[in-house]
Amino acid sequence: MSSVTIDKAAPTRTVKYGSMSRDRKWALRWSYFFLTLFAIFSLLPPIYMLITSLKSSAEISAATNPWWVFHPTLENYVGLLTSNQFLRFFWNSALVSIFVVTITMLISVPAAFALARMRFWGSATLATGVFLTYLIPDSLLFIPLFKVFALFGDWTGIQLINRWYVLLFIYPTLTVPFCTWIMIGYFASIPKELDEAAIIDGASWFQTLTRIFIPVALPGLIAATIFAFTVSWAQFLYPLVFTTSTDQLVLPVGIITTLIKGDVFNWGQIMTGALLGAAPPLIIYAFLMDYYIAGLTAGATKG
Amino acid sequence: MADVALRKVVKRYDDVEAVRGIDLDIADHEFIVLVGPSGCGKSTTLRMIAGLEDISDGDIMIGGDVVNDVPPKDRDIAMVFQNYALYPHMTVAENMSFGLRLKHYPKAEIKARVTEAARLLDITDLIDRKPKQLSGGQRQRVAMGRAIVRNPKVFLFDEPLSNLDAKLRVQMRIEIKKVHQKVRTTTVYVTHDQVEAMTLADRVVVMNKGRIEQIGTPNELYHKPATRFVAGFIGSPAMNFIPCRLEEVGGTLQIRLTDRIAFALPPARAARYNSLPRTEKLLLGIRPEHLTESHAHLGPGIESFDTVLDVTEPMGMETLVYFGLDGTPVCGRVDPNAGAKDGAPMRLAMDLNNMHLLNEATGVVL
Repeated sequence: MSSVTIDKAAPTRTVKYGSMSRDRKWALRWSYFFLTLFAIFSLLPPIYMLITSLKSSAEISAATNPWWVFHPTLENYVGLLTSNQFLRFFWNSALVSIFVVTITMLISVPAAFALARMRFWGSATLATGVFLTYLIPDSLLFIPLFKVFALFGDWTGIQLINRWYVLLFIYPTLTVPFCTWIMIGYFASIPKELDEAAIIDGASWFQTLTRIFIPVALPGLIAATIFAFTVSWAQFLYPLVFTTSTDQLVLPVGIITTLIKGDVFNWGQIMTGALLGAAPPLIIYAFLMDYYIAGLTAGATKG
Repeated sequence: MADVALRKVVKRYDDVEAVRGIDLDIADHEFIVLVGPSGCGKSTTLRMIAGLEDISDGDIMIGGDVVNDVPPKDRDIAMVFQNYALYPHMTVAENMSFGLRLKHYPKAEIKARVTEAARLLDITDLIDRKPKQLSGGQRQRVAMGRAIVRNPKVFLFDEPLSNLDAKLRVQMRIEIKKVHQKVRTTTVYVTHDQVEAMTLADRVVVMNKGRIEQIGTPNELYHKPATRFVAGFIGSPAMNFIPCRLEEVGGTLQIRLTDRIAFALPPARAARYNSLPRTEKLLLGIRPEHLTESHAHLGPGIESFDTVLDVTEPMGMETLVYFGLDGTPVCGRVDPNAGAKDGAPMRLAMDLNNMHLLNEATGVVL
């Protein structure tokens, strides 16, 4: 007990403040240990990709240390970036993602607002239903969806299968439920008095949404945007099933179908393509992270 | 500016009646405070006037027009919320002008109104700040500013001071009163704090369990409460209620509190209570300030008695004394120099000229 007594008359003496700081020190050590482990685990594949992308085909197949580049070359990058085909994949992916994000936001933000705020009969059940649809694995849905579009083509003569824009109809079935759910959560966290104040100030429901809710829920909106973008950029199964012609492919499928010829894997270009494909989401995350974390609702009400 | 009238207004939530038929007339320029405990229906009543809640039954009129089905924005009202409800992404000026901008007022007029309101509320320096850069009191001023610039027919306040600390609350109370004296807009103000109600109101409406218990000026409520609820709710410390009965001894009417203590009633009171049946169970209502230390020469209607104090609370300008009469806890207010001590005997005097007599069963003041 005497060791924890703090004597103000002797401020220079080292005082042991019980176990608090020792606990913290150990907690930090463990945190660093596991975080380092996790960082190595998740960074190894991209590093390996980067290393491989800088090698020539000859060096890749040579029996040298795979973790070192002996003759670095940019030929894979030059090869892909000058290939019209690869740029076409990139362009298709960009188009699909931008359209899907736009469509998703245009549907899920008003839907979330209605479900969170405009109390109507069945709104709570509907909100849960929206979330439940997200729980259905997308790998279960591609066959019936394919059938739907095939039938649609037969009936109307409008052929959507094997067109890149068929993905604009399909991806929202994955993104809208989840984004609506995220936005319901954000909108629900906005104090009710805020929309009541807006209504008394004379705002319509639509004005309340556009002038109060969207600016206040911006972090949530950005989170939802990032999600929708990631889903549509990285989706593999659906484009593999729904698009086959080379000019209709998106990046992930395009890389696999054109750079693997029979049993010949063009590893250097595959890795380069994958790295280039991962760049846009990385850049977007880096720019929007601050927004993602920032809480704009601070100061709306008490506190 | 307009008068507001409620006619048999009812609010039902499924099978619960939150407001059970309220009749209320609020005159133009009047400052009305709705006061009562949690769940008494005061906030619901205010929200029905605002149009934020539908009315289950009855009529609400603003300026003579029935507004039952008029949306809030067309009722020409402004509301101040307990948690301020400022738009966090807008500056103070933008917050205040939001309503005017939605109605497409000319820019020059918006600026003039905002400047005027900011000057009135002493927030001119804060006009370009965001809400999160403001203190609680400043936010509340901005919320009031947002109401004032609209120049509405009616101001509605929903417990606007409840989130402020005690000192700031007193200060803002005075501010609100000053603002009302300047703009003279009809005001309905909801609070659970009876001190706020007494200090601000032209008339106070005391509500309990969805009904109006009594409407009156602060003084009327304090000195002539109609029911036990009002008598107990208004005033701090609360009025004492002591079980008692009337008896007649030698031709004079007296009131018996305990086996030991009985007082002859003053003539005016005796005449008023003479017709009451002697067997009825009654409550003596007496405010703590009418239970003071005894003096050698007591005026007419003031009776003294001996008791032993349980606890004393020195407040500075007075000392509160607590004691029991046959198990009923009673509070009195004595002079700090009267020598009141915990556990000590003391001679106290009761001013029967200010007594109330209540029917114990019905709670009605007789």
